[in-house]
Amino acid sequence: MYVAVKGGEKAIDNAHRLLAEERRGDKEVPELGTDQIKEQLGRAVDRVMTEGSLYDPKLAALAIKQAAGDLIEAIFLIRAFRTTLPRFGYSAPLNVENMRARRRISATFKDVPGGQVLGPTFDYTHRLLDFALEAEADERGDAPFPTQTSAEVIDLPGNMPRVLAQLSREGLIEAATPGTDEDTAEVGDITRAPRTFPADRDIRLQTLTRGDEGFLLALGYSTQRGYGRTHPFAGEIRVGEVTVEFVPEELGFPIEIGEITITECEMINQFSGSATEKPKFTRGYGLGFGHVERKAMSMALVDRSLRADELGEARTAPAQDEEFVLSHSDNVEATGFVEHLKLPHYVDFQSELELVRKMRAAVDAAQDNQTDNIEAAE
Amino acid sequence: MTDAYNFAYLDEQTKRMIRRAILKAVAIPGYQVPFAAREMPMPYGWGTGGVQVTAAVLGRDDVLKVIDQGSDDTTNAVSIRSFFVKTTGVATTDKTVDATVIQTRHRIPETPLTAGQILVYQVPIPEPLRFLEPRETETRRMHALEDYGLMHVKLYEDISKHGHIATTYAYPVKVNGRYVTDPSPTPKFDNPKMNNSPALQLFGAGREKRIYAIPPFTEVVSLDFEDHPFAVQTWDNDCALCGATDTFLDEIITDDRGSRMYVCSDSDYCQDRQAEGHQGDQSSSGSGAAA
Repeated sequence: MYVAVKGGEKAIDNAHRLLAEERRGDKEVPELGTDQIKEQLGRAVDRVMTEGSLYDPKLAALAIKQAAGDLIEAIFLIRAFRTTLPRFGYSAPLNVENMRARRRISATFKDVPGGQVLGPTFDYTHRLLDFALEAEADERGDAPFPTQTSAEVIDLPGNMPRVLAQLSREGLIEAATPGTDEDTAEVGDITRAPRTFPADRDIRLQTLTRGDEGFLLALGYSTQRGYGRTHPFAGEIRVGEVTVEFVPEELGFPIEIGEITITECEMINQFSGSATEKPKFTRGYGLGFGHVERKAMSMALVDRSLRADELGEARTAPAQDEEFVLSHSDNVEATGFVEHLKLPHYVDFQSELELVRKMRAAVDAAQDNQTDNIEAAE
Repeated sequence: MTDAYNFAYLDEQTKRMIRRAILKAVAIPGYQVPFAAREMPMPYGWGTGGVQVTAAVLGRDDVLKVIDQGSDDTTNAVSIRSFFVKTTGVATTDKTVDATVIQTRHRIPETPLTAGQILVYQVPIPEPLRFLEPRETETRRMHALEDYGLMHVKLYEDISKHGHIATTYAYPVKVNGRYVTDPSPTPKFDNPKMNNSPALQLFGAGREKRIYAIPPFTEVVSLDFEDHPFAVQTWDNDCALCGATDTFLDEIITDDRGSRMYVCSDSDYCQDRQAEGHQGDQSSSGSGAAA
């Protein structure tokens, strides 16, 4: 009976076997291939890559399969793999202006140079369950997809200037990088240095990019409902492929090492002005791997809110509180600490139990009468 | 042992970074050194800080013991031990006296530690002032200025409210007369063992990215007041298996009618005593007490 209280090696082995069995499900149903996940559950793959901080759709698909679709678990698997990878160096800044965009919209201007490109989006779908999807494609007799590739629809590297640059030319919006020491300082790396407060914007943006989508969504939403209002407009959202360049030390010039899909969001926020400075709009920035619009927009809202101090705004709301936001946005950290409550705590609890009994006994003694000890005998 | 990963999982550069943090921590006893904690293959809260410290100090000749709640056989202790067996191939033991490195969660072994041993604690919240002041910027300033008034006020309020200090685990200590330090959530019963221990005590907090240390033979004082001196927990019972009267006891509920037994939380210590012939009132022949 005593032995049953302590766990053991055998219990763990059995638990892992049961987990594998549950993950596989009914063996009558064909096993899911990682290529199917990569191709058909792309948004899940993109979220795992973004919050896992590793651009590798194949591994993300594998993680999703291994995690039985639990995306935070998949993100955790990717992080634990990523952390063992050697660091060769840092890529050159992405040139997002040269993105091969599949989707590019601005909510602030009816038309913009380079055009509004709706691209693949859920935005205007009617959320009616499409029961036809329950059947396989050949049974449905689908019409073929349009043969034009996105590159043919919009062939515009170089002619898709940033929307916010238009405002910038007139001085109506702050410069993309507000003038601070950060301009010249080396970019930080939250995976190689512990977080300190106050944090610079590079550290904030890195933390937000790998931050939990749901947490940032709720925080961004709260700013729209008056908890640190920033009057946001979606200045520009773009989704597409960009080239990654790297400068090897021995060469001294950039070489292309690959192409990644990213989503970028630039928010235009309420203007600020002072006795010495004319009013102008401010910015919030969001970026993620793959097609992650909700994440990029939420991040841009929170990024802007976290600049409260820098812009001389009163810090009153959770989304403006740097320590609160940055310390709690990482879902791998959060899920670990919340779920660790499942681990045994008998020693701590025993200490509390003993204390509560002692305190109750003291109360009983103080009452100094013969109340029967029903409770004490419980 | 697997070859897919480096010895003890972490790459050598990362281990060096952790060792630098440990050296700094040893040089400033009780001070929380920020370090670039890595993601580990077990979740935050499961001991990632302790695992990183152990990985950084473990050598091929070390003998490792892992305990959780004082026991080698709790699931998480089993899991961490098998992680190091898989990634290092080092020898493991349940015997406190045979171990060179002991990773622990929530307990200090009952058997006194000796010089040359390293005790690695898993720490969830390294900041002893955290629940009095949630902001890191504030608590770092308070440590820098040795401004521990808030903690004393808290302990005083306990006394005025309850008549005694109502903290039973993670009971704050002052290390080397300077830094107020969190002993990780060990019961206060274990606090005296930290004082002037011949062993090196290392504390790793992975999620919070902090390492701190108590070097061998360092003074560790549990905070108290002259008229309310620090005291450890005592039990009305002895261990039901080995009869020990001076150990931390786990309470085990044996049926649904309120029966309970008390046994040592340190399973190695308890088994040693039983092997030496000590007996508790339920220790007969392994059949277990009837409920």
